Amino acid sequence: MSHPAKASEFLQDAAKAKWHDETLWFVRDKRDTISKTIPEWEELRELASQIKDNVLANLYEYLVQFEEKATANGIQVHWAKDAEEHNQIVLSILQKHQCKAIVKSKSILTEECHLNPFLENSGVEVVDTDLGERIVQFLNQPPSHIVLPAIHLKKRDISELFHEKLHTEKGNEDPAYLTHAARLHLREKFLGAKVAITGVNFGVAETGEFVVCTNEGNADMGVHLADVHIACMGIEKIIPRRKDLGVFLRLLARSATGQPITNYNSHFRSPAQGKEIHIVLVDNGRTDQLAREKFKNSLKCIRCGACMNTCPIYRRSGGYSYGSVVPGPIGSILSPGLDLKKHSSLPFASTLCGSCTDVCPVKINIHEQLYEWRQEITKAQGTNAKSISMKIANGIFAVPFAYKITGAMMRGALKILPDSITYSGLNTWGKQRDLPETPKETFKDWYKKNRS
Amino acid sequence: MSGRENILAKIKAIPRESRLLPEIPAFEFPMDHKVAFMLSIQANKGEVITESELKDFIAINRFEKILNLAKGMESLSTQPLPSDAHELNELEVAIIQGQFGVAENGAIWLTDENLGLRALPFITEHLVIVLEEKSLVSNMHEAYQRIGDQPSGFGLFIAGPSKTADIEQSLVIGAHGAKSLRVVLR
Repeated sequence: MSHPAKASEFLQDAAKAKWHDETLWFVRDKRDTISKTIPEWEELRELASQIKDNVLANLYEYLVQFEEKATANGIQVHWAKDAEEHNQIVLSILQKHQCKAIVKSKSILTEECHLNPFLENSGVEVVDTDLGERIVQFLNQPPSHIVLPAIHLKKRDISELFHEKLHTEKGNEDPAYLTHAARLHLREKFLGAKVAITGVNFGVAETGEFVVCTNEGNADMGVHLADVHIACMGIEKIIPRRKDLGVFLRLLARSATGQPITNYNSHFRSPAQGKEIHIVLVDNGRTDQLAREKFKNSLKCIRCGACMNTCPIYRRSGGYSYGSVVPGPIGSILSPGLDLKKHSSLPFASTLCGSCTDVCPVKINIHEQLYEWRQEITKAQGTNAKSISMKIANGIFAVPFAYKITGAMMRGALKILPDSITYSGLNTWGKQRDLPETPKETFKDWYKKNRS
Repeated sequence: MSGRENILAKIKAIPRESRLLPEIPAFEFPMDHKVAFMLSIQANKGEVITESELKDFIAINRFEKILNLAKGMESLSTQPLPSDAHELNELEVAIIQGQFGVAENGAIWLTDENLGLRALPFITEHLVIVLEEKSLVSNMHEAYQRIGDQPSGFGLFIAGPSKTADIEQSLVIGAHGAKSLRVVLR
């Protein structure tokens, strides 16, 4: 299903859609407020962008260096060319430890690889431990936002869900009460898991360490109680030096939620005594994107979600309308690289206002890439309804006589035609838009009468 | 071809351009470190307290399961560090020595050497970090300068208690980890 079709589903609940729009704008506003307290904010964005440019230009060396350092620190490094290989590596580690139940903290990469259904089919119980992710997991849904996974749900929905799953009081919608119920439920899971899986925010080539940021502390609760920690990391998450973390940690949380830093920022360098750390370095289409000159900058993304919070389309269409693991503006430039046909409507889910580019902490030219993808897609797909009407318009504008005649015809016709024809399904522009009233005469006629 | 060779070969085949790694300048920090740090901790929903306020906190709540690893607070401890972190599940208060704090965001740096067990600051119900006032640095750049090439197996910035806003963006303190953070600044 295309983005417009799914967006209209989302918009059927007008009150919820309005809440979604306003809530995300509130988050965007918090980001603005806090970024303005840092005089060097724009300089930090520029530095982050330059560091990431350097990473993309030297990815080979940095990956090899990271592997060498991490291995020397006692971390086991694995490489996966695609999702399938990634899932197999994770499963083989679980099998080696005869592990049948794992806890997992937020990782968009494992969503991308569809790790959960894969492990469940192999008889492993997977528990997502981020509160928002646990909520959507109970509903068999993917996250609808990369930082705020359950932003599409209201507390009433969650209250009903927890009543069914965790036996909370019926009708109690207090967020503190519901969060506490989840705390007790997940504490049991943390205490029982032998293996914990996390994503990675940054991998440092210089030291072989990696950094995981959370507010809930769920990643750390999982890994420090388990015997084995598996960290799944996209190859683009590498940064060169430890001190580069200073730049990125200043930008990440401020851009994401408007807070100065996440409450927990854990640097994993070597396993605790008697424990194991594994890192799985995953490609899954990233090297293909790196080879696309126009689109490789999308790999600079640090997954803050700021482009979603600011996007007038995302806010009014919801994460699920995109049908891709990463939704919103950044998802709309990443996903076509993975499957052009499936995601062909995404680059059009934008007003090209450029707000995404303005808030991006690593200065990805998102709106320009959206425009570039549109051209790629149009080339690949040939003509559609909109381009046929553009061709007709081109013919009309090129011939003065045709322009004069059709102008008179349309002024007459629009007055007589019923709305069902003017706003028919063929006229996608007419959806939720009203035509202005047609004037009685042309500007040319008016000018002749009044000025000549 | 293994995953590793496959990935590295694909990267190598892409024409590359030279992009210099920028140097990170020192940014000025206009505020007093202590004032800024205290404001940051408050904003993160933590509290800055004195040693005597800590003793009151423990007495009023009648906490009995207290583990102290900070210098000079040994008398508050009621239990030793176990060998298995699972035994900390009932712990009420953990008191830890922080290495330094960051004024701009309230983050406090801790490593294996301070934690005893890595799970300690997360699994405890309440967390207290003891910090020397003179250890405060201005921002994250200065923080990493201070960390330098410290070789610890695990390092951690803690800036507040465990929190979430995943239900309708309503802030709730005490998601999975510590339900409160108190910083004794001395």
